[in-house]
Amino acid sequence: MISFEGILKKYGKETVLKNVAASLPTEKIIAFIGGNGAGKSTLLGIISRLLDPNAGSVCIDGRMINQWNCRELAKHLTILGQSPNSAARITVEELVSFGRFPHTNGTLSEEDMKIVGEALDMTGMQPFKNRFIDELSGGQRQMAYIAMAIAQDTKYILLDEPLNNLDMSRSAGIMKILRRLVKEKSKTVMIVIHDINFVSFYADYIVALKDGELRYMGDADSIIRPEILSDIFSTDISVEKFGDRKICIYY
Amino acid sequence: MRRPKNKKFFPQFFALLLILLVLVSVYLFCDVSAQTLNYNIPRRLGVLAAIAVVALSVGVSTVVFQTVTENYILTPGIMGLDNLYIFIQGLTIYLLGNGTFNMMASTSHFVFTLIVMMCASVGIFLFMFKLNKGDIYFVVLSGLIFGMAFGGLSSFMQVLMDPSEFSILEGRMFASFNRINMDLLGIAALVSTAVSVWMFCDIRSLNAIVLGRRQAIALGVEYKRVVLKSLIVVALLTSASTALVGPVTFLGILVVSIARHIFPTFRHDILIGGSILTGLCALVFGMLATERVMQFSVPLGVIINFVGGLYFIYLMLKVKRV
Repeated sequence: MISFEGILKKYGKETVLKNVAASLPTEKIIAFIGGNGAGKSTLLGIISRLLDPNAGSVCIDGRMINQWNCRELAKHLTILGQSPNSAARITVEELVSFGRFPHTNGTLSEEDMKIVGEALDMTGMQPFKNRFIDELSGGQRQMAYIAMAIAQDTKYILLDEPLNNLDMSRSAGIMKILRRLVKEKSKTVMIVIHDINFVSFYADYIVALKDGELRYMGDADSIIRPEILSDIFSTDISVEKFGDRKICIYY
Repeated sequence: MRRPKNKKFFPQFFALLLILLVLVSVYLFCDVSAQTLNYNIPRRLGVLAAIAVVALSVGVSTVVFQTVTENYILTPGIMGLDNLYIFIQGLTIYLLGNGTFNMMASTSHFVFTLIVMMCASVGIFLFMFKLNKGDIYFVVLSGLIFGMAFGGLSSFMQVLMDPSEFSILEGRMFASFNRINMDLLGIAALVSTAVSVWMFCDIRSLNAIVLGRRQAIALGVEYKRVVLKSLIVVALLTSASTALVGPVTFLGILVVSIARHIFPTFRHDILIGGSILTGLCALVFGMLATERVMQFSVPLGVIINFVGGLYFIYLMLKVKRV
């Protein structure tokens, strides 16, 4: 379980997160929502040790984040940053093999190769495995990085805006893969998304931030309500029934 | 999967080795007569050994530096780390003065400069990291400015210096490919080999750092430790190479960019090995050309800086972003 308390983060004089505390459920898709600059990415960065908070602590599976050994933690938790890229000459298969980095000492075993192959299959990147990542389209590259995160085989997978600049079918494809990870492999996926309808259709649990404060938190059904969403995004949002789902209209 | 990938670059390595072998034997045995044999062969072996140390230092330090700064344009040479070395060496002579200095052998002076250099460069890097946490571009830019400042400061100091002190400094400082500082060959070889082996322990972490800071940390790399270690390694290797042949600003960018073309991979064992081999070939070839063809009329350092500088301009125009 991941919990954090009293998180304070400042960039220069500006406070981005004020006294944020929560303890998050496991084996769910947890969506972090909020407007631009609400502090979602910063919070995700602090949970995943990419950023140090000015105050407060993060606890992962009963241990404080700074008591974890770097490599041990990388077997339990991984994060995929916003639009990852590298100028180096790396093929898709080599990139996905990096997911096994914390688990091995250099040479990949049969078992490792099997996991890499599964990750390639799951994301449909098998046909592209010998292509260099800088020759792929934005969507394919994003998919390759997600395959790497899957191959790392961690209990917690954190994704910072993985749907950025992707078309609808690929966005839906990524969300379906995340659903499968939660259902079939009991992973916990934490994700920052801007499109509120993707949240409504795929997320189980929602953490809503506004102006660096954690305003609402709870099951998706209890958060996807017009009054709550309108407050978070400071704009009128109506919620309509669509089958047994809800759809948000804000245009 | 790793095994066949290793073999992928075998032809390139083989070809480079072959070229190197030919160049070395031409350099060693071409126009040697029986009379000059005893003089020429040891001298040429010495030059080759110095070239090997320079190729090793420049290859390892440039690749490692480019990895941790996540750019393929800047190198320790362009950042002016070699100027820092010369500045420190000049400063110690200036401050300690003539009397103390005469007692110091050039080897101990080298070791002393090495230690100061390590502390100074790590201090500067840490200071810059603290000022602007994690922004590597800021570090790189400030490094450029620091490099220019050190260059200026050392020329200023040379003006202030007592003429007799300056003559000592001149002897030790203005090494070049035509005036290799042979006194320091042993210690420089020792330092550069030891440091390179030390760096090789973290070769896997360097591979992961290619993916960028965030992804490296997500994969469990001890990012801060590896980056700090890399910067120390870069400072020591730059010192070793500068002590032997003086500053050669554009050697690193030239050699490593060619190696990146021949070995398009992110793997540091291959990339570093390839860079060292490329550096060896380029330097031995350059030595042959300047000594035999041009009869010492143009110094090798000037040629390297000319070609490397042109290549650097080309890279700047092509990439358009640092």
